[in-house]
Amino acid sequence: MSNTQQLEDLVIQVRRDILRMVHKVNSGHPGGSLGCAEFFVALFNEIMDRKDGFNMDGIGEDIFFLSNGHISPVYYSVLARAGYFEVEELNTFRLINSRLQGHPTTHEGLPGIRIASGSLGQGMSVALGAAQAKKLNNDSHLIYSLHGDGELQEGQNWEAIMYAAAKKVDNIICTVDLNGQQIDGSTDDVLPMGSIKGKFEAFGWVVIEIEEGNNIDAILKGMTEAKSKTGKGKPVCVLLKTVMGNGVDFMMHTHAWHGKAPNDEQLAIGLAQNAETLGDY
Amino acid sequence: MKTYTNTGNKDTRSGFGAGLTELGKTNENVVALCADLIGSLKMDDFKKNHPERFFQVGIAEANMIGLAAGLTIGGKIPFTGTFANFSTGRVYDQIRQSVAYSDKNVKICASHAGLTLGEDGATHQILEDIGLMKMLPGMTVINPCDYNQTKAATIAIAEHHGPVYLRFGRPSVANFTPENQKFEIGKALHLIEGTDVTIVATGHLVWEALEAAKTLNEKGISAEVINIHTIKPLDDKAILDSVTKTGCIVTAEEHNYLGGLGESVARVLAKHKPTPQEFVATNDTFGESGTPAQLMDKYGLNSAAIVKAVEKVMKRK
Repeated sequence: MSNTQQLEDLVIQVRRDILRMVHKVNSGHPGGSLGCAEFFVALFNEIMDRKDGFNMDGIGEDIFFLSNGHISPVYYSVLARAGYFEVEELNTFRLINSRLQGHPTTHEGLPGIRIASGSLGQGMSVALGAAQAKKLNNDSHLIYSLHGDGELQEGQNWEAIMYAAAKKVDNIICTVDLNGQQIDGSTDDVLPMGSIKGKFEAFGWVVIEIEEGNNIDAILKGMTEAKSKTGKGKPVCVLLKTVMGNGVDFMMHTHAWHGKAPNDEQLAIGLAQNAETLGDY
Repeated sequence: MKTYTNTGNKDTRSGFGAGLTELGKTNENVVALCADLIGSLKMDDFKKNHPERFFQVGIAEANMIGLAAGLTIGGKIPFTGTFANFSTGRVYDQIRQSVAYSDKNVKICASHAGLTLGEDGATHQILEDIGLMKMLPGMTVINPCDYNQTKAATIAIAEHHGPVYLRFGRPSVANFTPENQKFEIGKALHLIEGTDVTIVATGHLVWEALEAAKTLNEKGISAEVINIHTIKPLDDKAILDSVTKTGCIVTAEEHNYLGGLGESVARVLAKHKPTPQEFVATNDTFGESGTPAQLMDKYGLNSAAIVKAVEKVMKRK
């Protein structure tokens, strides 16, 4: 992919995939998925240096870990549309005997997935381990990971954040989806975390902020800057400010659609706001 | 009756350290992680010889398990080291999701298991770890009996692809199995042939079972002693073949009877050949401070307790 328009077309198609996947099984997490659609599309199609096909060890290529596994719909859609598996398989999301489990898993052998996630707070440690394996293998490629902001309430993250700086793991870019929402309400209502930027910096990380986390150009610019900060002795954090439910007006700016699927009428409205671009599965 | 010679007391954790040292030389993919217990886990040599493959993670066990899972992606074989309590209960969900469910080739190496940790008391004396680990799908659970066997097991698990829980301990105990033995995961070892009762023991209780067999022999009772170093997968056939001959069984372990080796054996027997069984294990209790010998005596985990259990189970035949 090369131009912004193509990426934006893909984002719209990914939104349709997300809505249709969760609607079909009347379950899943559309809000956070929609909020990260632009990020995933930019990451997999422009930012990461990926090889064709899938190899678990990911030697000689950039690799990605999703820590907040509940936004599996956007992950599955982007993986399928990046060629890891047939887009038709999105039809099986959350169904019995599917490789597309409610939360991502390696257990069913879905190409593109390297770790199970869902129980929150574990992905950063895993990503750091993979980053250290890359160093041992003299592989100069990068590790990318995505984490929810609410997820930072899990203590294991702070063990990992401390470790990364102490061990100078500088071949990793951990992105935090700052949508300010979690299941029980806004993050400021549930458990205010203060300055996440200040905390990462105090722990010794380089922090890049992307104010417009639903804008492809802003993401590309921010992630390019983040890449330029790797290899300098410090881990890199990207704070990606997104809007939960982005692209579907009634799902935006609320935690209500964190883990709720649209009904038939709501699906129709959502799809009407995102006209088919690359073809539905 | 076959007898065994203690070639000198040694701690099983040192067997682990020696095995890890050996792996450092022979397998460049082996990496080791430790949560601030290098000396206790005897990982000093590996750290000294291979600093680039050794990761001191600090007092942060959850992060250690996640790091280990990540290190497998890229072909490394991580060995994590901390006390059994912090290797299992403290990080159960990390092991469950990032290691077991994710099919990662992580070796969770746990020292200071059970009561024989001694004076530190119940906060550190986990008696539930075998149960926790054996319940995880795909997890192999190994509890070797002495220094030589722990060393051999450490070397063997690097060749086995998949998550492994390797349990060992702190005290110096009899070292009686062969040096440089070949360790076969899942294969029970018949130590003594007998006809009246089967004693199946794991870990530190194996030597106690041999001592019990001597006492029983003097009383005219012929005990068959089986060393079950691998609790999962369990060598069902070895157990069933033995009880077919003896008609009764005693299981012995440094663990709660709930969730331990005894329950695994009971499951096999219930399914294939119901047989009278007695359990030498802790009785749904926490431990406490004391010397290892005092604790093993108080909680009924020694040769005397095994002899008593044998006498009881034989009456139930």
